[in-house]
Amino acid sequence: MVRYFTRLRMRRIYKWGGRPYIFDRKLKSYGFEYLNMSVEGQEAVTTVTPGQYILIEGNDDEYPFVAKLLKFFGDESHKQKKALVQWFLRLSEVPQNKKLLLGRSPHPQEIFYYLGRACDNEINAESILGTVDVQHVPEDTPFPEPGTKDTLYVKLSWDTKAFNVLDPVLMQDTPASTPPKPALPLFPPCASPTATPVSRGPVRRALPTPDPTVMRRAGSVSDTRATMSAGKRSTLEAESIHSASKLSASKILSAKRRGSAADTPGVRKKLQLSIGASPGKKMTRADVLCELLDEEMESEKVISLKLSSSVSHSLQHGCSLSPMRSGCKTPNGQRRFPWKLSSISLDRLSPTALGEQDLSSDLLLAVIPLALEDEVFEAGLPTDAGSANTPKKRQATPRRNYVREQKATTPSRRKESAMAIRKPALGVLAEEDSEDSPMQPIALTPRSKRKSAQLVSLRIRKQLNLLDNTQELISDGDDDCFVPSKKDLQSSSDEEKTDSEEETRGRNCKTSVRTPCKTPSKKDLQSSTDEGKTESEEETVVRKTRGRNCKTSVRTPHKKPSKKKDLQSSSDSEEETMVRKTRGRNGKASARTPCKTPSKKVTPSTPRHATPSIPSRTVPARQPGNILEEARARLHVSSVPESLPCREQEFQDIYNFVESKVMDGTGGCMYISGVPGTGKTATIHEVIRCLQHASDMDEIPTFRFIEINGMKMTDPHQAYVQILQKLTDQKVTADHAAALLEKRFSNPAPKKETTVLLVDELDLLWTRKQNVMYNLFDWPTRRHARLVVLTIANTMDLPERIMINRVASRLGLTRMSFQPYSFKQLQQIITSRLNKVKAFEEDALQLVSRKVAALSGDARRCLDICRRATEICEHSTSHPSSAGLVRMNHVMEALDEMFSSSYITAIRCASLQEQLFLRAVIAEFRRLGLEEATFQQVFVQHRALSRVEGLQPISVSEGLAVCQRLGACRLLLLEASRLDMLQRVRLNVSQDDVLYALKAVRD
Amino acid sequence: MCTLSRQRKGSIHELVQMILRERFCHQRLPEKPVGMESQHKHLLELLRRTAVHGESNSVLIVGPRGSGKTMLLNCVLRELLEVKDVNKNVLPVHLNGLLQTDDRIALKEITRQLNLENVVGDKVFGSFAENLAFLLEALKKGDRSSSRPVLFILDEFDLFAHHKNQTLLYNLLDVSQSAQAPVAVIGLTCRLDVLELLEKRVKSRFSHRQIHLLSSLSFIQYLDNVRSQLSLPQDFPDTNFYDEWNDGIKTLCEDQSVVDVLQRHYNSSKDFRSLHLLLMLALSRVSASKPAIKPTDLLEASRVCMVDSKANILHGLSILELCLIIAMKHLNDIYEGEPFNFQMVHNEFKKFLQRKSHSIHNFDKPVVIKAFEHLQQLELIKSMDSSTAKIQKEYQLMKLLLDHSQIMEALQKYPQCPTDVKQWAMSAFG
Repeated sequence: MVRYFTRLRMRRIYKWGGRPYIFDRKLKSYGFEYLNMSVEGQEAVTTVTPGQYILIEGNDDEYPFVAKLLKFFGDESHKQKKALVQWFLRLSEVPQNKKLLLGRSPHPQEIFYYLGRACDNEINAESILGTVDVQHVPEDTPFPEPGTKDTLYVKLSWDTKAFNVLDPVLMQDTPASTPPKPALPLFPPCASPTATPVSRGPVRRALPTPDPTVMRRAGSVSDTRATMSAGKRSTLEAESIHSASKLSASKILSAKRRGSAADTPGVRKKLQLSIGASPGKKMTRADVLCELLDEEMESEKVISLKLSSSVSHSLQHGCSLSPMRSGCKTPNGQRRFPWKLSSISLDRLSPTALGEQDLSSDLLLAVIPLALEDEVFEAGLPTDAGSANTPKKRQATPRRNYVREQKATTPSRRKESAMAIRKPALGVLAEEDSEDSPMQPIALTPRSKRKSAQLVSLRIRKQLNLLDNTQELISDGDDDCFVPSKKDLQSSSDEEKTDSEEETRGRNCKTSVRTPCKTPSKKDLQSSTDEGKTESEEETVVRKTRGRNCKTSVRTPHKKPSKKKDLQSSSDSEEETMVRKTRGRNGKASARTPCKTPSKKVTPSTPRHATPSIPSRTVPARQPGNILEEARARLHVSSVPESLPCREQEFQDIYNFVESKVMDGTGGCMYISGVPGTGKTATIHEVIRCLQHASDMDEIPTFRFIEINGMKMTDPHQAYVQILQKLTDQKVTADHAAALLEKRFSNPAPKKETTVLLVDELDLLWTRKQNVMYNLFDWPTRRHARLVVLTIANTMDLPERIMINRVASRLGLTRMSFQPYSFKQLQQIITSRLNKVKAFEEDALQLVSRKVAALSGDARRCLDICRRATEICEHSTSHPSSAGLVRMNHVMEALDEMFSSSYITAIRCASLQEQLFLRAVIAEFRRLGLEEATFQQVFVQHRALSRVEGLQPISVSEGLAVCQRLGACRLLLLEASRLDMLQRVRLNVSQDDVLYALKAVRD
Repeated sequence: MCTLSRQRKGSIHELVQMILRERFCHQRLPEKPVGMESQHKHLLELLRRTAVHGESNSVLIVGPRGSGKTMLLNCVLRELLEVKDVNKNVLPVHLNGLLQTDDRIALKEITRQLNLENVVGDKVFGSFAENLAFLLEALKKGDRSSSRPVLFILDEFDLFAHHKNQTLLYNLLDVSQSAQAPVAVIGLTCRLDVLELLEKRVKSRFSHRQIHLLSSLSFIQYLDNVRSQLSLPQDFPDTNFYDEWNDGIKTLCEDQSVVDVLQRHYNSSKDFRSLHLLLMLALSRVSASKPAIKPTDLLEASRVCMVDSKANILHGLSILELCLIIAMKHLNDIYEGEPFNFQMVHNEFKKFLQRKSHSIHNFDKPVVIKAFEHLQQLELIKSMDSSTAKIQKEYQLMKLLLDHSQIMEALQKYPQCPTDVKQWAMSAFG
């Protein structure tokens, strides 16, 4: 990792290499073959070509971002150099709280394949630092010895929620063999480079392709599989995401179309066998042909399944299989697929449609015009429209790539890799994977985005329906496809509603079919995550083999029945959904396990971050026994209520604010003020809880929530340290942290999710230069920060009072003030907390809330008083169990205790000399006409008074002692006692209070 | 036989002294706190709920000095720890505002008392900030049902409120108000206005429970208390001596002079600490040859207790110094308490020498200055202006830290005081 240039602090020069090819007319962007990088003043030139793994400038010089380069493109002027990448994560980029999910100590050179969606995969090409070697390590083999420092290892993928075993297919191609891939898009299949004018440049790039089949497959019917293996990596990746979800629908569709076809497990097996020998190599055309001849129908089925499950496949196969299908859809059928492709790429562009299931075939034709007019990928399409299917097929490949590039990070990936978990255990070869992978998307219907996706899809459908009419020419042959797909749409939308129903069914299936394979897979995971554990090697081995055995034996049968079902009930969409669901479950279950298992075991292994906790108790805490205890527990401020009543409006405002910022990926500040105990922090926590939930449901992008509290740090500058620590788990000094954060928030690191920062007790972050506040409010305004700052303080005018102009201006005007609770709200809060536990009289509650509302409106106070009242109620009766409701008198007593001033009681309970001294003080004040006197003066009065009272006069020392005692209680305010007799005395209570108290004593 | 009994008698007195000293020096808790039953119950219930139910609480025990706040708390803790469930389940942390003068020290002390430093092993305890984060993290990790409750006992609670930003209080009280490890924050203070010291956000987090220890003890109860404090416990080994002693105490408390002395003490202060001081003095006069407390012992003890602290100093002054004090007194009378300087005092003194004195010879000025400085060292006079360096010694403004009555009393008791000096002191305006 020393190779990149960033350390040199020199200007790097980037130059496009190769000839540009237009790939989007609309946006006037050009694709390029490679990029030459050189450092100013040095001869050496580094060439970066797509497919290589690259390092990208990030926040951390030490650890730049890692990604795989997919494609270069730039605009007309060649000024903007952009690249599309597939991201990889380092462990340090994984959120702190999720790191434990890994379940083992990470390899220092380990990176993770990123499957999340939050990161933009388009980067500025000029942020590329250099290339790096990345090796895929199968999940159950240990990391290689630390040989070269420059090699990174990938074992798992990370989908923002869990680590999954990485599908080896995703990683399989070595950079050497891949470079041409991104260029392929415009590669003309069999024609000479010049034949297709659009794709002049890439042709030459395609030529170096090591795989001859790529060239050959052009016209071949049977080549499909070979192609797949050839371009496997990209294909599979292309299949990504929503092809996964979406295409599951189309898969069913195509399954329906070929309803009569037999199932193909046999074929696959054979394929495995035949291909198994040369995992890296592809099937020859002949092989495939043979098989196809053998089991024509089956294979067709398989292929079609595959096809429909991935856009690109479907394209290819659609073309290649046309002869067989000629009966039903000859020309249109052939043409349909390319359109489908375009439509899908289209719909991929609209983020909401992502993960959608049903845009598939019925949209396809209709989309053409749209695609032509509006969308980005049209470069190749115009030529396609009229041309024969061969060139189109060619185009499938590029498109596929492109598609993958676009959406390489969609969540459904996770499922794919979830499936992949099983593969290593199975010892599955690459070919098998490629066969399986089409199944994965089917099996793993993502729940993500469903609602929004449906909405969008509906909308699009409407439009398309209109268009359909105009496109009759094309649509006539496809009518039959539209119908099922619609059905599908329905079923998929139904899915949500009938979730439980399906789930139960799915579970049934699971128990019947999947149980045997589930356990081993889990174990397998365990053994793979076990590395750090002290499990006997043997056992691990046994487990692994067992897992493998089970899987090979179990999986096939399990698939078979489901597939049969598929066939049998191909017309019954519901049934299919169920099958899909079970498979999805299968995938999910295995995907879920890894995050569960490690979380259990990790804790002790990381001493660096070990935070000690309070030792746990030997006897568990007793649960509340009676109603009053129950009420008391509910009324405790710490108990988290089910809902936050009376703050609906504020909740909504904050929620909208944060949600919009998270959705847009922008930043902003909000200032929230309110007196203590008005629910500011609680409301924000509630908002965040809801948003987290929403992001878990994939309704909004994931975000990070960080909380700091001005009171919980020793110095304002510690804020930087705490923020950085919570963001990246680094522990650095305040100055360094500030620098790192500055860098983080100002640099355009695309791989960034929105950060929501809650700053509680903002006023304590005040420094003389106000730089902490300034930074906190300045960061959100940066273009690339994606930071939302919510600040809380008590005073409404804090910005005006303590902030200098440039800070206040950055804080902005998004302000909110929490009013003190009114008595009705307080009452509602108590009742909602009590939640039907009948412990209070209605009047008693009202008294408390009115009293508190009149004084402070502090909900904490209110709850504390109620709690105290329950105690008084409990004590008032002899038997705690027989205590009834909390009545007015109990509440009154509690209120008295908490609100009544203790000064008067204190004076009444004081000793005689103390009382006398107080009177002397008042007498002296009256004599002087001042509110202040020296002890000497008061003592003269005191002596006179004690003579009047007939008491023996006390000595000066005693008098001073009396005075000091009163001073300690703060009935008197005294100067420092070293002044002795000259110390000045003031009353801390009003004279009237003193006289009142003393009068009551005498009477 | 005779010697043996004498020996035993001697040892009995030692035993009595030991028992009563323990009592008076607060080394042993009383069986039951006197006169604060309801407060005791309240506190015990509260802490029991924390210990047993894991309910977080905060409470302040407020009472004047010597009113038994710590005693009450210790009684409650003792009682609490006797409960079997609780015994191993609470972690008391004692802090004192006079010892933990800032949050950094307090945090270290908390960590030490919770034995958390062992968890991090050899990790050197870093900065204050790390320390705070560390402790908060530890507390945050706990939860109501599974963590051991921690009892934070903050003696001199008001002093913690003077720490910067009240960080410690905020955090402790915040933990007590949130679903973290169960804690009870118990503050002991003698300041009635302690809540006004808290910042409003800290105050809001405090539960506002205050247990006031304001004894409304009548004199009869006070007298009873004296008797019980002096009486021997029932399990005393020598029953004869036990009866003898307790009878003696009973008669002692009925003696009029003793009652007067106690009344005087009662009027001065009701707290037990000053009473214990008195009784200790009386007790120390008990010996083998004098096996009981007599009224005279108590009177003498009372005299020692009540004596003016400056009287003894005045008795030790030279006649010159005394004359200077008298001169100052006259100056005070003339100028109504305005400050004076040496020159004025010296003039006054010279006037006295010229006009009235027969017995006192003239002193050189340096000698008088020396005497004046001695008085200043004894802090019987105090310089009024702070910038002492700039002004000549003779002209520094001073004030007398003695009352008329103290001076007159001292003159009365001064051994062999010349009559003319006395007369000068008593005459108005020198």
